[in-house]
Amino acid sequence: MKYVDEFRDAELGRALAGEILASVDPDRHYKLMEVCGGHTHSIYKYGIDDLLPDNVELVHGPGCPVCVIPMGRVDDGIALAREPGVILTCFGDMMRVPGSDGTFLDAKASGCDIRMVYSPLDALRIAKENPDRTVVFFAIGFETTAPSTALTLKRAKAEGVPNFLCMCSHVTIVPPLRALLESPDLRLDGFIGPGHVSTIVGVRPFEFIPADYGRPLVTAGFEPLDILHSIRMILAQLGEGRCEVENQYTRVVPYEGNVAALRVMSEVFELRPHFEWRGLGFISQSALKLSPAYAELDAELRYEVPGVRVADPKACQCGEVLKGVIKPWECKVFGTACTPEHAIGTCMVSPEGACAAYYNYGRYARTRGEEATVA
Amino acid sequence: MNAPQTKAPAGREQRILEIIETARSKRPRFKDERITMAHGAGGKATQTLIEGLLAPAFASETLDQLADAGAVTIEGLGLALTTDTYVVRPLRFPGGSIGELAVNGTVNDLAAAGARALAISLALVLEEGLEADVLRGEVEAIAETARAAGVEVVTGDTKVVERGLADGIYVNTSGIGRLDPRATLSPAALEPGDRVLVSRTIGEHGTAIMLARGELGLDAEVESDTRSLWPVAEALISAAGQELRTMRDATRGGVATVLNELARASGVGISVAEAEIPVRADVAGACELLGIDPMYVANEGVMVAVVAPGRAEAALEALRSVPGCEAAKEIAEVRAEPPRMVLVETAFGGRRVMDLLAGDPLPRIC
Repeated sequence: MKYVDEFRDAELGRALAGEILASVDPDRHYKLMEVCGGHTHSIYKYGIDDLLPDNVELVHGPGCPVCVIPMGRVDDGIALAREPGVILTCFGDMMRVPGSDGTFLDAKASGCDIRMVYSPLDALRIAKENPDRTVVFFAIGFETTAPSTALTLKRAKAEGVPNFLCMCSHVTIVPPLRALLESPDLRLDGFIGPGHVSTIVGVRPFEFIPADYGRPLVTAGFEPLDILHSIRMILAQLGEGRCEVENQYTRVVPYEGNVAALRVMSEVFELRPHFEWRGLGFISQSALKLSPAYAELDAELRYEVPGVRVADPKACQCGEVLKGVIKPWECKVFGTACTPEHAIGTCMVSPEGACAAYYNYGRYARTRGEEATVA
Repeated sequence: MNAPQTKAPAGREQRILEIIETARSKRPRFKDERITMAHGAGGKATQTLIEGLLAPAFASETLDQLADAGAVTIEGLGLALTTDTYVVRPLRFPGGSIGELAVNGTVNDLAAAGARALAISLALVLEEGLEADVLRGEVEAIAETARAAGVEVVTGDTKVVERGLADGIYVNTSGIGRLDPRATLSPAALEPGDRVLVSRTIGEHGTAIMLARGELGLDAEVESDTRSLWPVAEALISAAGQELRTMRDATRGGVATVLNELARASGVGISVAEAEIPVRADVAGACELLGIDPMYVANEGVMVAVVAPGRAEAALEALRSVPGCEAAKEIAEVRAEPPRMVLVETAFGGRRVMDLLAGDPLPRIC
């Protein structure tokens, strides 16, 4: 694949890994967080951990948009799908996120009409094809996917599609980062910045991280060379005593972001005063809802959804795992109440979350650790 | 996953690892309240259904091997018996149709067991309102595919259900074949050092079906790979004989699922060299866009074979001489460690675990 394979060149990868090894202080331990779930996926897919020195540790951040959806929101989605005549539509990986009484897949099996779509426009098309049904798009994602939801809502309004509604659970990236950084026991040395979100919001919104919290951030692309390059850039900053926001993903991310996308978002959405994140609790002004101009398209206003908060069990310590304060196995519910089959927190919901990865591959990680000791 | 301070696991961590290990090594229990689509996808949910509900109910040593076909001995003659039901939407897709799948799939389950198909049965469940021309087309496809595979349709059954209770046509075929005495195959026969071969490029059938459903707005000329695998099986048996450990027809769940099942059955590790996996560029591109790994995508004409190291090269050469298998490759090696796991050496130079999927591969948003 042209323009893709070039960024997966194993030889260049080895060269970068060599530069990284040469640039680290062997007496120091580095903890870097990749904020975005897409980065976690790439790191896992290409085995990038293996190319890093032992004293450079990657911590998976809060940026997986499906895993952070709390149980109560999943329950609300299922309640909507049970309303007569409703077709609920959502992205594929939302289908397996557990609510308090099962997933969308389970609800589908018990008779709800829940369909997977690849774009919000597909949901709008389904609405036009089924004028006697009500089609609800269960919108999730960070600023990356919010503009496409916004454009779809604009089109639905302009075309007057009366049976298309949106249940909005879009979230924003800066508030959870700030919440993590506010924590007194934070043990992170730097951040790999979210590339896709940054194509929309630009680089500027992350400048508070070096300015207020003294941690460097490098916005990175999603190919393995992008990620290694961004790690190299963060380590260079740490080595040289610099602390700033840098952009590794210049081929896609403009400094100011996508102004047109931001404009349409501000027209269609407004900030919720607060929103609950699975495993992280309530974070103020961290999510979007439809603005008053689009109220007629808001499924939460058209239907009565339970809106019941399903508390994460008190023992869940996803926040501490995310901050790098504890290891997955140190969490009180890990492996007992919280397993991949019955996940409680965000770190276990995503197959690439720190806890799910440790549960599934912990034995293997351990043999790897032993190999490292022997070597 | 990097362990920063490497030390032997102690105390609580060791206990947790033991709890997980005990939970994983138990026979899965089927506790779901309803059947979901995940139970049909070939991953963990399917495994739970089969190993937790079906296999224990019938208490058959042959069934417990969970092979593509079961062995039956009649007066000293070794036979293999298999059955499979075909449900696919759309009924016709680039490169094939449900009728072709129904013959080849059963012939291939027998071939993977080391048996040449002799006879098959044909059962049709038809939906009220189905156009006769559609049915005629599938009957012709079945007849033509059976002729090409050298297998006779010797018995059959038809049922019609009301509109809405089936999706056009469902087909069941059962097949019987004679086990080739030159080979002794078992999914539990893998030993460290063995080599894993695939008979051709992977992921084409599943990709062709996804594209044919027209929901993705993607255009690519990907065709299903449906074909009889008996020529492949025969070439492998001739080349490797008793050094051929096992063969698997990599259908739903793809090559990755087959490798996981073999690693579990034999208690070995399997190390896959990602750079060696043969995938066509258009299949790789479509999977990339959907965030799906072609190793989990269904095939209808790909054989996975495990061969002792000494015969691996001869087996590969024999494979490549079979028409359509010029792209056959050695993709993996069996290792002692870590037991019951499949690891991938990525083309980029790292490693990862290739686990069973929970259910269908789902497109990712992030």
